Amino acid sequence: MKKLALFLMIFALVFVTACSSGGGTESGSNSGGGQESGANAGGTNTGGTDNSNEAKGAGNQPYPVTDKEVTLSYQFWDVNQQPAMQKIVDEFNKIYPNIKIQLEVIPWDQYWVNLEAAATGGTLPDIFWINATNFRLYALNNQLLPLKERIEKENYSTANFPEPLLDLYTIDGEQYGFPKDVDTIGLWYNKELFDQAGLEYPNENWTWDDLIENAKALTNPEKKVWGFAAHISQQTNWYNTVYQAGGYVLNEDRTKAGHADPKSIEGLKLFTDMIHVHKASPTIGQMTDTEPRVMFESGNVAMIFDGSWNQIRFRDNEYTADRVDVTYLPQGPAGRATIVHGLANVIAKNTKHPNEAWAFLKFLGSERAAEIQGETGTVLPSYDSAMELWVKSNPKFNLQIFVDSLEWGVGYPTTVQGRKAQQIETDIFTKAWAGEISIEEAAQQVAEGVQAILDEDNAKYK
Amino acid sequence: MGPLFKQQPKVTAPLRSVQRLSTKKKQDYFWAYLFIFPTLLGTVLFNLGPVLYTVYLSFTEWGAFGNSTWGGLVNYKKILNDPVFVSSLKNTLIFTVLSVPLSIALSTVVAQLLNQQIRGVSVYRTLFFLPVVTMPAAIGIVWRWLYNADFGIINYLLNLFHIKPVGWLIDGNIALYSIIVVAIWGAIGYNMVIILAGLQNISPQFYEAASIDGAGMFTKFFQITVPLLTPTLFFVTIISMINALQTFELIFMMIGPDSLVIRDTQTLVFMFYKEAFINNDKGYGSAISLVLFLMILILTIIQFKWQKKWVHYS
Repeated sequence: MKKLALFLMIFALVFVTACSSGGGTESGSNSGGGQESGANAGGTNTGGTDNSNEAKGAGNQPYPVTDKEVTLSYQFWDVNQQPAMQKIVDEFNKIYPNIKIQLEVIPWDQYWVNLEAAATGGTLPDIFWINATNFRLYALNNQLLPLKERIEKENYSTANFPEPLLDLYTIDGEQYGFPKDVDTIGLWYNKELFDQAGLEYPNENWTWDDLIENAKALTNPEKKVWGFAAHISQQTNWYNTVYQAGGYVLNEDRTKAGHADPKSIEGLKLFTDMIHVHKASPTIGQMTDTEPRVMFESGNVAMIFDGSWNQIRFRDNEYTADRVDVTYLPQGPAGRATIVHGLANVIAKNTKHPNEAWAFLKFLGSERAAEIQGETGTVLPSYDSAMELWVKSNPKFNLQIFVDSLEWGVGYPTTVQGRKAQQIETDIFTKAWAGEISIEEAAQQVAEGVQAILDEDNAKYK
Repeated sequence: MGPLFKQQPKVTAPLRSVQRLSTKKKQDYFWAYLFIFPTLLGTVLFNLGPVLYTVYLSFTEWGAFGNSTWGGLVNYKKILNDPVFVSSLKNTLIFTVLSVPLSIALSTVVAQLLNQQIRGVSVYRTLFFLPVVTMPAAIGIVWRWLYNADFGIINYLLNLFHIKPVGWLIDGNIALYSIIVVAIWGAIGYNMVIILAGLQNISPQFYEAASIDGAGMFTKFFQITVPLLTPTLFFVTIISMINALQTFELIFMMIGPDSLVIRDTQTLVFMFYKEAFINNDKGYGSAISLVLFLMILILTIIQFKWQKKWVHYS
């Protein structure tokens, strides 16, 4: 018997050790934390009835919510938005105290790799954020819970969501998610550096030339200060200038890649020239070493393009809180343009608790959730009434420009294999940013690579 | 030829003749197998199983979300035509050829120095061993900061000597070597501990005899210590080489897939990660990992065959 006892003990020990996963998890590199995704042409949303009655208590319940305790996972990537999400969950729990929501923040750098692995393994979180770059991939591969039937059976009104954003997350008439917010891009600038150089702050009349002139004047290599960070990211940087020059990234029906169009190249050149010709920007190497946002937050860069969603990050950073402000993107040769996008909350198709997830999803899309996002200054909500709250939440920044910019918004251009297409853009344009090849050559290669992806997607999914 | 069967041959009863075993022997065997069963089960389930599955995967072609079809040798053909594979292989080999000998040489010197009864020797040993138990993420973050071209400490110190700043992690010609430095720094502690054990196995009589003959410090080291250390060095070389060929963490932490120098620093395992998890092409990734496996297997076999030439077993 002694041998048996000894054996069982060792067996248990070995099995437990063998089963535990080895190795520490590597956390990501620098926190990106940007909401990158796409939407159709931005317009403001129309008004409409609000759905506060869809909460518990409304008459017929075609999708009854259980009384038992249930835990759902809600996954997203922006840790800056976690307080607002928590607040939404707390208010949701006042209506449904038995539905526990576990917030899971995965940093932007790993979010999509993680999500794809989860989808492949059938372990997607119950509810999660998705963006336009990745939406079609998940929807067309049956990873998302379709909502049309639920909307119709419950007479749920989607009139409060901006039409273009709602359309973005619809495929062939089937709705897959509700817009969570809307975002545009602005020109953030460091008032202190402008004062020190004796220059006037950027305003709504600025053109590309103003940007270049001021960037050059603000650059001081000895003090390690540059005028403008000409970074390579798509949504916040060169996608905008491509359209401002009259070019395009993808055409309307996603059949053609426009990077090699001469006007698009003009939009790209603004960035590469800023680095190599005007010498008013850090090099791509320097921006790889140190993220441009971090440079902005330490006073090493006077101006950056960045999105409305980072308002909260700059507001809470002790350096930028009082020293920076934001205004409209400068106008290009073809006028004004900004990339408009909005995230959506979606439900995993194979969630174990579809009715409970649906209840939470509706709450996430409600006016109250929009108000929380607005009044905490977290993001520009996609609800008319709540937008005001966001603008007013931080009087130190001129946040109104982001709402105004919706007028000349361009929907985020993307395709089913959006992530792959963007990796091609990053890989090849990095060489042009580094000066190894000309921007014209790079644009040609990128257009070819992205075109191949477009053709693949159109063949497979149409 | 003498009488071959006059002597009783040693009895090592194979299982075939279990019936002829005594009950006690049977019991012994039963318990023996029972005791190794858990580890065996674990090894088969968690080591062998995944390897076999990876071999299978390497012959599949992948679409979105894991929809795979049998592809035959398509992934292997892709490897032959892939310039990224060639550059990854080159980087991996440079990394191994530089980091393994250097780290072992340094570890041996350090182990030798710390094999004395000087004051605070355990403190020194601990300090050298600390990198081994530090989280890779922490190592990556801190070294990235040290290496930062504009705001890092190393360039700051260089600046004090009026030396121009170096793009440690952003210059394609240098980045790989910057990583090698960190790898060596991290490996010294581990190798040191093993070599220390090997050093302490050397009988002091050898050194006494050598002293009597008038041998100096260096003679003792090269003529006594090193030869008697070769079994340990053999072990350390094999382990270090296998680890070096599988480098991933440092590249992932300090460079990252979007860096402009990724082509100059990407290792085979990083390429595997990129294909299998970022591009979600597990078929191609598996093929890459299998090629690496075969490479390491062949190199290890060569090492084992070669040991007769240089390893002295006492």
